[in-house]
Amino acid sequence: MNRYSKFLAATAIVAASSASATELEVMHWWTSGGEAAAVQEFAAAFDATGNTWVDAAIAGGESARAVMVSRLTGGDPMGAFQFNHGRQAEELIEAGLLRDITDIAEAEGWKDIVNPSTLLDACTVDGRIYCAPVNIHSWQWLWVSHKAYEDEGLAVPTNWDEFVAASDALAAAGKTPLAMGQQGWQQSGAFNVMFAALVPSEIYLAVYGDKNAEVAAGAEVARVFAAAADARDMASTSTVQNWNDATNLVITGQAGGQIMGDWAQGEFAVAEQVAGEDYSCLPGLGVTELLGTGGDAFYFPVLSDDAQIAAQSELAALMLKPETQVSFNLKKGSLPVRGDIDLSSANDCMQKGLALLADGALLPDTNMLLTSDTTNQINTLFTEFFADASISAADAQADFVKIIERAE
Amino acid sequence: MASTRPNQLFRNKSAKIAAIPMIVTALFVFVGGTAWTIVYSFTSSGLLPRLKWVGLDQYERLWDTRKWLISIENLAIYGLSMLILVFVIGFILAALIDQKIRFENTIRTVILYPYALSFVVTGLVWQWILNPEFGVQNIVRGWGWETFTFDPLYNAEIAIFGILIAGLWQGSGLVMVLMLAGLRGIDQDVWKAARVDGIPAWKTYLLIVIPMMRPVFITTLVLVVTGIVKIYDLIVAQTGGGPGIATEVPAKYVYDMMFQANNLGQGFAASTMMLLTVALVVIPWAILEFGGSKNRG
Repeated sequence: MNRYSKFLAATAIVAASSASATELEVMHWWTSGGEAAAVQEFAAAFDATGNTWVDAAIAGGESARAVMVSRLTGGDPMGAFQFNHGRQAEELIEAGLLRDITDIAEAEGWKDIVNPSTLLDACTVDGRIYCAPVNIHSWQWLWVSHKAYEDEGLAVPTNWDEFVAASDALAAAGKTPLAMGQQGWQQSGAFNVMFAALVPSEIYLAVYGDKNAEVAAGAEVARVFAAAADARDMASTSTVQNWNDATNLVITGQAGGQIMGDWAQGEFAVAEQVAGEDYSCLPGLGVTELLGTGGDAFYFPVLSDDAQIAAQSELAALMLKPETQVSFNLKKGSLPVRGDIDLSSANDCMQKGLALLADGALLPDTNMLLTSDTTNQINTLFTEFFADASISAADAQADFVKIIERAE
Repeated sequence: MASTRPNQLFRNKSAKIAAIPMIVTALFVFVGGTAWTIVYSFTSSGLLPRLKWVGLDQYERLWDTRKWLISIENLAIYGLSMLILVFVIGFILAALIDQKIRFENTIRTVILYPYALSFVVTGLVWQWILNPEFGVQNIVRGWGWETFTFDPLYNAEIAIFGILIAGLWQGSGLVMVLMLAGLRGIDQDVWKAARVDGIPAWKTYLLIVIPMMRPVFITTLVLVVTGIVKIYDLIVAQTGGGPGIATEVPAKYVYDMMFQANNLGQGFAASTMMLLTVALVVIPWAILEFGGSKNRG
């Protein structure tokens, strides 16, 4: 009897101690070196609050999203999960699976500190806030290799037009003018960058924001398709698949440049290249300097356990604290979501991005405007377009108009 | 004693009770799941299933999508070529091994071995072999034939045959083993009788042995055809659907729609079309095969 009660007491102590340190399972798809280091910053900060971060990383955004959605719909929610904010989570919110964190956002004053405010808008449905934006990633960069041009005695281009003009000389020297991985998201991504940089922003917003098919069929968009056809010619000798392999062609000077998001910076950093000396980064292709404000956000499923709910609240508030924002974003290579923190240790390219952010030269990211269904169709269109030189720019534009007509 | 026949329902009671779980599973999971999928293919389900009817919209969009049409075409090309070639190669290998050769076990194991590999491994291996920069093309050029070109996976016109090569490499071994088992099941007296009658060996195979192997052929056919219809992993590992969308297949279209585009309705419509295609082949065959047996019996 005595022994039995001792045993009970012991289990009670174990139970009590585990209750005070609430375990929160956090799912994300940050598995590459820099990403894992960045997420570790969150985990460490969260553990310091007395809770326990249970890391559930799944490699690859697509498979991770599939697992997350099936766990949510299957009634086995995790504590928190990473998602690209924007329209991907819309239906989960409609189905009532995600927690409304408006109270935390108000207590922490997110409305005043989150810059640009569109990030918070992307988390907002019917006036309620459902996610915590943690960083900004922008697509609109042209990375130019200095070596590729200097080897041939050419001037390093400073904008898209010079880049296109120099492409013949580069191709004649046996180099690939434009490095591009043969994957739909990279190809349509490059198209969207040209779209944002080469025509006025109103056109971009009319097509992707208002889904105006007439504008999509118009002459301005035809110019973008003509530029995409140029890009296809320039990339015709680029046979790599992954974006980082394409970046490597730029680093080694085998290719003139690459259109890729700011995450490419990490590759240059690993190769110990110096911005401005070994490579240039041209936001908005050097034509219209602006940035898209895509990025990552964390969502919090509806839970029933009070301790877990409290832990969720703590985590949400923590993610936007200045210290966590600095340590996280420096590791991740992305821009912070608040404008009031010091990032003077960031490199040249990141400083350019910060300056644009401060000027408000911004565009909403396609993820915020388009459903994943539409994005997927556009990816397929450009996979086809870039693989098959016999598809004319006009034909591709006609298909594009059809997709925009069908888009919600 | 009134000799009434025992009620049919209660004969072999224990066997029937034992089969109940399987019957329930089949009804609810397979039939129920299929019905559910078909019903939801008429809705605008996105990330989550929802009953918002859109009629035949999903099907109209499906047949208006070039990616789907190319998928169907690829499946037809791959399926027919695979079916014919895997049977021809498998049977010839089996017939050769059946000649009471030395090291039969070793050779049989070597040929069957690829089948033990997953499609992902097969796909990656053949992606490397067919890569022009370090695969077959590079080796032949290294021998001095500088203009030799062999890059099926990089040529949209013939990329599906690059997949076919990998599929054949993997699948032939299984067909060979099944055929070999069938050949071993043929009574040696048949061969002796044929020899006495002076019938050449190839004719004996074609006119006597193969018709006798009908059950083996049907088993093999079912295995090969189901393997063809569900082909997905080989494509993902070897080409990812590329170059462009030249090697897309229906199963991949369904997956892409459901899990990347978050458009369940479209994915359901595509899988319903796949089911319909299979049903159009299987049902007439099943009627011929099983429906007539009672009359023959």
